[in-house]
Amino acid sequence: MSEKQIKYLKKIKRNKLYIFLTQLGIITLFFIAWELGSRFNIINSFIFSSPSKILKTIIELIKDNNLFIHIFTTVYETLIAFFLGIIIGLIVAIILYLSKFLAKVFDPFLTLLNSLPKVALGPLIIIWVGANNGSIIFMALLINVIINIITIYNGFINTDENKIKLMKSFKATKPQILFKLVIPSSYNTIISSLKLNISMSLIGVIMGEFLVSKQGLGYLIIYGKQIFNLDLVMSSIFILVLISYLLYKTISIIEKKLLKN
Amino acid sequence: MKKILSIKNISKTYHTNQGEIIAIDNISLDINEGDFIAIVGSSGCGKSTLLSILADLEKASSGTYEFYKENAKIGYMLQVDALFPWLTILENSILGLKINHNDSKENIEYVKKLLTTYGLKDFMNKYPSELSGGMRQRVALIRTLAIKPDILLLDEAFSALDYQTRLAVSADVYKIIKKENKTTIMVTHDLAEAISLADKIVVLSQRPSKIKKIYEVKLTSANNPIDKRKAKEFSNYYDTIWKDLDVNV
Repeated sequence: MSEKQIKYLKKIKRNKLYIFLTQLGIITLFFIAWELGSRFNIINSFIFSSPSKILKTIIELIKDNNLFIHIFTTVYETLIAFFLGIIIGLIVAIILYLSKFLAKVFDPFLTLLNSLPKVALGPLIIIWVGANNGSIIFMALLINVIINIITIYNGFINTDENKIKLMKSFKATKPQILFKLVIPSSYNTIISSLKLNISMSLIGVIMGEFLVSKQGLGYLIIYGKQIFNLDLVMSSIFILVLISYLLYKTISIIEKKLLKN
Repeated sequence: MKKILSIKNISKTYHTNQGEIIAIDNISLDINEGDFIAIVGSSGCGKSTLLSILADLEKASSGTYEFYKENAKIGYMLQVDALFPWLTILENSILGLKINHNDSKENIEYVKKLLTTYGLKDFMNKYPSELSGGMRQRVALIRTLAIKPDILLLDEAFSALDYQTRLAVSADVYKIIKKENKTTIMVTHDLAEAISLADKIVVLSQRPSKIKKIYEVKLTSANNPIDKRKAKEFSNYYDTIWKDLDVNV
């Protein structure tokens, strides 16, 4: 390696470190300012809470053996909605791909459903499905599945015409074209949609928990608001931020692995 | 010579919202075994449509074609290589065999032999992205040859390549086709390519396409397409056919 190349690599590494340190600095400053602000009564610590209060609340939650049940409930609901969303999205997209007629028939309905704020259906879902986990998962599924169908279907119909022509010149059947060409060539589109999908699922789950739940982070937030314990609300949001980041990161890592192969 | 295919009064009409377009109007042609035929015509004249009909990708509006061989197999090669990026070169080459459930050991060995003969041995387990444009087009040809076709249809098969690669690849492909002794119908808009590769050139008129003239190409110089371009008759053919095409710019 030439000296210039080494210099260049070093520069890139240093640049990355600077970015990270700045990010860390911003967060630390933010927490310090928050903490000091509430200690010296610059901000109302009852409404805005403070990092130390949040930490205390979280420790209490852990001691009461409650926190993990709530986290588990939210994550579990999110993952179920996530996987169901992929499976149903894939199946519906395949059906639409195989039948141009059905695709044309359902196109306006999909657009309609996609633009509808699904949370508006919340009260109905609770009555139809019942006041339980099912409602929450159904809600999240409703939010992610429409986007899944549209993304995957678009991936399918964007398959290279020439490759389809080639398959046909070999007298391939429709299922052969689907499984040997269309699905593999949409692989990247499908994998890339997972990140969006996990965020959508989490949004749906929290919205569902706001409406009806006995457990979960969404429940904690609503419960904290009702008893006017804003420390509890802030703590729950803080944990939710961590959870959503972890879920997103996990999916990104899986995505990177899958795309490489 | 033995007749292998005869095209009888084929016509093709496309229907659109704007109206009818007659692409091909009553074309008849006989093809003998071992022929290398080039079909030339101005762009949009329906020459590719004719190949699509023979490859059974489209239906003729009227007319028929007949193979004088039972279960005649068609090999169809497109302008782009259409290799699947997620399959290795070997997997790409045996795609047609796989689709027809014909991927027996002997057939795969045959494909491996083809890859080896034509300089792709070291790339068998590589992916298409690692190959140059010319090599990829060679793989596309081998993928077509793998099913042991009785007739090869080349649809502007070299048009997507840059000029130098194109000369080299068409020379390669010519060598391979002559060695494997395949009957070939090629569609091209490149007159020089047609004259340097084919033994017979069919000139189509503008839309609706009819056969305007058929030329037997007889060149004095050697057997490969690059040498053929140097033959003294080459430019005569070029001039005559160019006038036939009646290109108005």
